[in-house]
Amino acid sequence: MLAYLFRRLLYVIPIALAVSAVCFSLVYLGPVDPLMAVLPPDASLELIEQLKAAYGFDKPIPVQFAKWVARAAQGDLGTSIATGRPVNSELARAISNTFVLAFFACTFGFTLGLALGFVAGYFNGTWIDKLVTSFAVAGVSVPHYWLGMVLVIIFSVFLNWLPATGMGTGGSGDWAWDWEHIRFVILPAVTLSVIPTAIITRTVRALVADILSREFVSALVAKGLSEAGVFWHVVKNAAPTALAVMGIQLGYLLGGSILVETVFTWPGTGFLLSIAIFQRDLPLLQGTILFLALFFVFLNLLVDVVQTLLDPRIRRT
Amino acid sequence: MSAVAADIQSAPAAPAQGYWRAVASRLLRDKVTVVCALVILGLILMAVFAPWIAPDDPLKSSIFKRLQPIGTQGYPLGSDELGRDMLSRLIFGARLSLVMGIVPVLCALGIGSLLGITAGFMGGRTNTAIMRTIDVFYAFPSVLLAVAISGALGAGVLNAILSLTIVFIPPIARVAESVTTQVRSLDYVEAARASGAGSFAIIRVHILGNVMGPVFVYATSLLSVCMILAAGLSFLGLGTKPPLPEWGLMLNTLRTAIFQNPWVAALPGLMIFLVSFCFNLMSDGVRAAMDVTR
Repeated sequence: MLAYLFRRLLYVIPIALAVSAVCFSLVYLGPVDPLMAVLPPDASLELIEQLKAAYGFDKPIPVQFAKWVARAAQGDLGTSIATGRPVNSELARAISNTFVLAFFACTFGFTLGLALGFVAGYFNGTWIDKLVTSFAVAGVSVPHYWLGMVLVIIFSVFLNWLPATGMGTGGSGDWAWDWEHIRFVILPAVTLSVIPTAIITRTVRALVADILSREFVSALVAKGLSEAGVFWHVVKNAAPTALAVMGIQLGYLLGGSILVETVFTWPGTGFLLSIAIFQRDLPLLQGTILFLALFFVFLNLLVDVVQTLLDPRIRRT
Repeated sequence: MSAVAADIQSAPAAPAQGYWRAVASRLLRDKVTVVCALVILGLILMAVFAPWIAPDDPLKSSIFKRLQPIGTQGYPLGSDELGRDMLSRLIFGARLSLVMGIVPVLCALGIGSLLGITAGFMGGRTNTAIMRTIDVFYAFPSVLLAVAISGALGAGVLNAILSLTIVFIPPIARVAESVTTQVRSLDYVEAARASGAGSFAIIRVHILGNVMGPVFVYATSLLSVCMILAAGLSFLGLGTKPPLPEWGLMLNTLRTAIFQNPWVAALPGLMIFLVSFCFNLMSDGVRAAMDVTR
């Protein structure tokens, strides 16, 4: 087991390096010189050279990459071209805001998904199952950025119950766990949770239905085990897969928050990403994508390890 | 049960022709799938014949007729923030939206299955090289990868299609690789090789026939995701450029109008939802119809 964990851990290193290379090379995909976005059109050649040297763009590409990785490994992601502030501090604030959003979205979505999945699995084939399944199909089909707009139309425009955009009066740096702030997170969190909820519902429903149809469940019932006792066995058998799906969904949720954060102008990583793209702020773009991708790699690792600990039969190489 | 007996049981009883006929007849009996296919077909026809169907020019704006509500004289579905006819824009918007939602999956189906079959059939180092490269792209959540690539490339329809193709190649290649690896070790492939068939003959006759079914079913399930992502890229301003009508972009420009005319603003999203919902149900139907064990 330890050897497996060690190998799995080692495998993260080449992946992380390759992910960094992809993030880094994004700069060279673009048609525009990143410095042109900040330079005045009549900038002198001397000034351009100075700025290039300041940002390290005058070195050969492999050298730039090596330097960038070395500094990123030490936690320095460079300086934002647009604001002149370190990418780290911009990113740190955005990450904490996205985590607040993800926390509410996960709590709501995972609970609902698990509950609906178990109910549909237990009532496999009945009208309850059909209702839940259609809800899940609708959930994976709905463009969530549009659903966000519809929720704003209903709850902000017509009912005037919840705020439509933003994070509260204090702005992006001032989050507190009270109702004054939580009312702002409800609509974006519900919007963000729709896809994970639907996917978890589908997976858990199929899992539970499959487990209930196995012979050991009939044996447990036959020997007179209580409903609750059988349920506990179902939970134990469903847990590894369900946890894996939830872990991956958390990653997708963080990576995919850009659309929801745009709809609700929530100042998180997704919002930062769209700023970076439209201001062509490449250090910020690279840094944000690198953080989100590495977090996803780490989450995948965690899921694999937890899954293997729960069920030693599953070992991925 | 012995392996041979299992093989005989799982083999289709009738020749390949009969299998596809059975799939077709099962699909035709599935009402949900038929209705969804008809809706999609109708929308494709609507997109193709847009100039003849649309009541008005989708680009003609009017300062005096901005944000008319649904049902206004001359504007059956209202008008947008520049006074353009919503119905005509929705009809013309189907063109770009459907192209951006379908073409990436088709391209990825071609490239991804080529990569996957090559990796699965060759095995060894080729397999490692291809599949490990693909693992790297798996390390990105799909929305993030699409946004990152098209953000770096710059806004534009072709760039959006390119970035979505890159997003969908890895999952398709993985499915193609795993099925090819399974099929490659089956006895009849060995028999074909022993009787002197070359690699290309084996791939063409034995591998393609067995691999493309599951890969195709998997690709249909990506259509709805692609539709949502493509419109999402346009919604972020990374796809189509204004004033061209496209549902995602329309949703974005109308976002400012939700306080004046909410229902008109929500219309383009309803179209995206409709298409993606139909794609999803169709994919479920195709999967069920192609499942021989049922």
